Amino acid sequence: MKKILLIATAALVLGLGSCKKDKEFLDVQPTALLSNSQAFTDSAQVASIIVDLYVRQVDFTSFRNTWTSMADFSESFPSENAQATIVQRTEWATSSWSTWDYAYIRDLNLFLERVAAATTISEVAKSRFTAEARFLRANYYFEMVKRMGGVPLILKSLLYDFSGDPTYLQQARAKESEMYDFVISEAEAIKGLLPANLVDRSRASKGAALAMEARAALYAASIAKYGANTPSVALPGGEVGIPASLSQKYYQTALKAAQEIISGSAGGYALYKGKPDLSDNFASVFLEKSAVNSEPIFIEDYKIRFRTHGFTTNNQPRYGAEEEEGGRMNPSLNLVQSFEKLDNTFAPMATNDLSGNPIFYTNQQDIFAGRDARLGGTVLLPGTFGRNRNVDIWAGYQLANGSIVTSDDRGKNGNIPGGPQGIQVVGFDGPVNGKEFTAQTGFYLRKFIDPAPGGGSRGTGSEVPWIRYRYAEVLLNAAEAAFELGQPDVAAGYMNQVRARAGLIVPLTAGQITFDRIIHERRVELAFEGHILFDMKRWRLAHVIWDGTKMTVADLLSNIGKESTKRSTQPYSLWPYKYYDPSSPNNGKWIYKVVLLGAVTAANRFQLGNYYSFIDDNIRANNPKIVRQPNQ
Amino acid sequence: MKIKLHHIIIVALIITLAACKKDNYDAPSSMLSGKIVYKGEAIQVEYNQVPYEVYQPGFGKVGPIGSASITGASNLAPTYFAPEGTYSLMLFDGDYKIVVRPGQGPFLWKQTGGKVDTVVVSLKGNQTLDLEVTPYYMVRSPQFTVSGRVVSGAFKLEKIITDANAKNIEKVSLYTNKTMFVSKADNIAVFDSTTNALTDLNDIKLKVTVPAIVPTQNYVFARIGVKIVGVEDMIFSPVVKVTL
Repeated sequence: MKKILLIATAALVLGLGSCKKDKEFLDVQPTALLSNSQAFTDSAQVASIIVDLYVRQVDFTSFRNTWTSMADFSESFPSENAQATIVQRTEWATSSWSTWDYAYIRDLNLFLERVAAATTISEVAKSRFTAEARFLRANYYFEMVKRMGGVPLILKSLLYDFSGDPTYLQQARAKESEMYDFVISEAEAIKGLLPANLVDRSRASKGAALAMEARAALYAASIAKYGANTPSVALPGGEVGIPASLSQKYYQTALKAAQEIISGSAGGYALYKGKPDLSDNFASVFLEKSAVNSEPIFIEDYKIRFRTHGFTTNNQPRYGAEEEEGGRMNPSLNLVQSFEKLDNTFAPMATNDLSGNPIFYTNQQDIFAGRDARLGGTVLLPGTFGRNRNVDIWAGYQLANGSIVTSDDRGKNGNIPGGPQGIQVVGFDGPVNGKEFTAQTGFYLRKFIDPAPGGGSRGTGSEVPWIRYRYAEVLLNAAEAAFELGQPDVAAGYMNQVRARAGLIVPLTAGQITFDRIIHERRVELAFEGHILFDMKRWRLAHVIWDGTKMTVADLLSNIGKESTKRSTQPYSLWPYKYYDPSSPNNGKWIYKVVLLGAVTAANRFQLGNYYSFIDDNIRANNPKIVRQPNQ
Repeated sequence: MKIKLHHIIIVALIITLAACKKDNYDAPSSMLSGKIVYKGEAIQVEYNQVPYEVYQPGFGKVGPIGSASITGASNLAPTYFAPEGTYSLMLFDGDYKIVVRPGQGPFLWKQTGGKVDTVVVSLKGNQTLDLEVTPYYMVRSPQFTVSGRVVSGAFKLEKIITDANAKNIEKVSLYTNKTMFVSKADNIAVFDSTTNALTDLNDIKLKVTVPAIVPTQNYVFARIGVKIVGVEDMIFSPVVKVTL
């Protein structure tokens, strides 16, 4: 009995003790998560949140997107067999290059709302965070309009009420011009709230806002002007296409924003001129991270041991490299030959004289002499110094009777009939047709390649920053806007600054500035920086340059510099050979041959439906207000 | 009774067999096929370039059949007309709508009030349905002759649309290829003639020299294509095999 009572009492105590309100019992604050109000109490905390938003920026080309995003458009050949589709597809899918990351937009909007609601952060910090998030949002909407045209412009976080009817959340696409107007007005609104300094260029600054504004206004202006060439690339609601009447206004905005940076009011940006050798200097624009390089305006930064990338590992000269890896991106002859001669004229690489006989060069790089210094800064030329040795690029021996002695693997030995036996007959860096990871076009990439020890290894990686906006582009934007506004003398002034830095010291006169010159300067200065697709789209030239017709050698070598009409649909190669003829004074000299690689079977074909990327069926089914893109 | 291994196997076998049940739907069995025609004559187009869309209205999300993002299936291909202008689909019986979007094809699809109009099909069993369209031009009486390695084509062009929608010719081309896929994207030799050279639409002659083919073959396929100003897709003549 006593026992029972004891048990009953114990049960009662336990039972009563367990009586707790559900709320007290279930509503436990998690210790591993911060609530919104907690997260926005301290500016260091908020900084860590906006870092995530910085990291989620969307770029067309960057070191995060792998090298293949740069390798397209016949500016280079993909020397990796798995990527051969780049030169073997007969068209781009209409869904290519599309982006639709409204989760990112929502997080940016939420961030803005929560910073505004925060009470314990200083007004100074709040103002900068707000301006940064508005910059990121405008920059992503700019990225979207470049690819998709007008999209729904969502500027606050949307909340579903679970009523079963989501129609109140469905928004139609904005006009393409409204998108650009938004980017421009945001840049104007935040430029005064952002610091004008060069210290941390991976964060938004006044210069970044103005550079974005200049580029966006220039895009809008050229779409308005050149849209007349493709009347079918437009929608009746203006979601795609900008009225021609607006072009002047946009060009003026672009010029004004660019001039605000050039005047120095956004910080002391300048072209980098830190090295005596002009090619080295140009390569260093992308490598030099210290304050002496005041050219980058807005970058994605990397740091050894914290955040690195493998771009150098993928694209460095392979022979003797760390890990024996690299060689993926091979710049094409199409790009190489478009670098001007120092007298401002265009010419193909001189492989033959007028009567068709090969020209013999004593030194391997002599054929490239006397050209724009950016050639050597962008492309690693045969026989020049790579990351840690001279690259060994040559395709074989040519004999006096015209026959060629070569081999099927890097640096392999062979026998010369009636000559030395068992000697190396092909370079350790190729080129060998079909041999991936060698310089199949005869060239490697130099731009962005990290010369630092360990930069090309898989373990260490490279900390070369990705430059989104830089001062040279601002000058070229200003030059283009000024040219289109009928001020060729102003345009020449800006363009000559960029050209003089590349060793083209004979200035262009106002009369020499043409539309082709504008296109050309951007192509060589900004090669592989993610501009060519969007430039060709906004000029409505993409379907002309990449028209799907295969190129002949004659097509390739003629009309160099006529950038607005010259097609570039297949990447060509330039192969060096050693000449073997002991009886000739040319013995041991170099000759060059233009080659189309066997892997290049198709021609780039940009269709009218590619001007604006496909909006997914699912997106349009979920929101019937989204209209289809034209020509799809 | 002691349970032995063979008892377990027998029981497992019975259970396994009992679990066998046909649990799949029948595959679609009704074939809808046909071609794009102008007055009964098939319109020849480029391989994989002129898409059409088929909708089955009434349920689910609105999207064309073959849309991978709506169905979630990754193995569906968008629907294109074959080079000879034909199409075919295996479908379930039901009501469907077919349409070709504006800006696609070297022809005008029928329109009502400025918008493209769908063709409605009630499918029950196999059915052939030709889609009547109005091309800008038709290639008439193409003739191919060979001399050495030179393929010559002679043909006439008939301008079909002559009203406000009429368009001029940008160029005419003679394509040759090793295979039956003959077009701008797939060819080994092509000759383009711009409009300046076209004086008489009833008498057009083009010539192209066929390069050496590896491995050797003594025939090529030839076809004439017409590019119309402002229209991306070209209209072609039927593919013809010519012996060199």
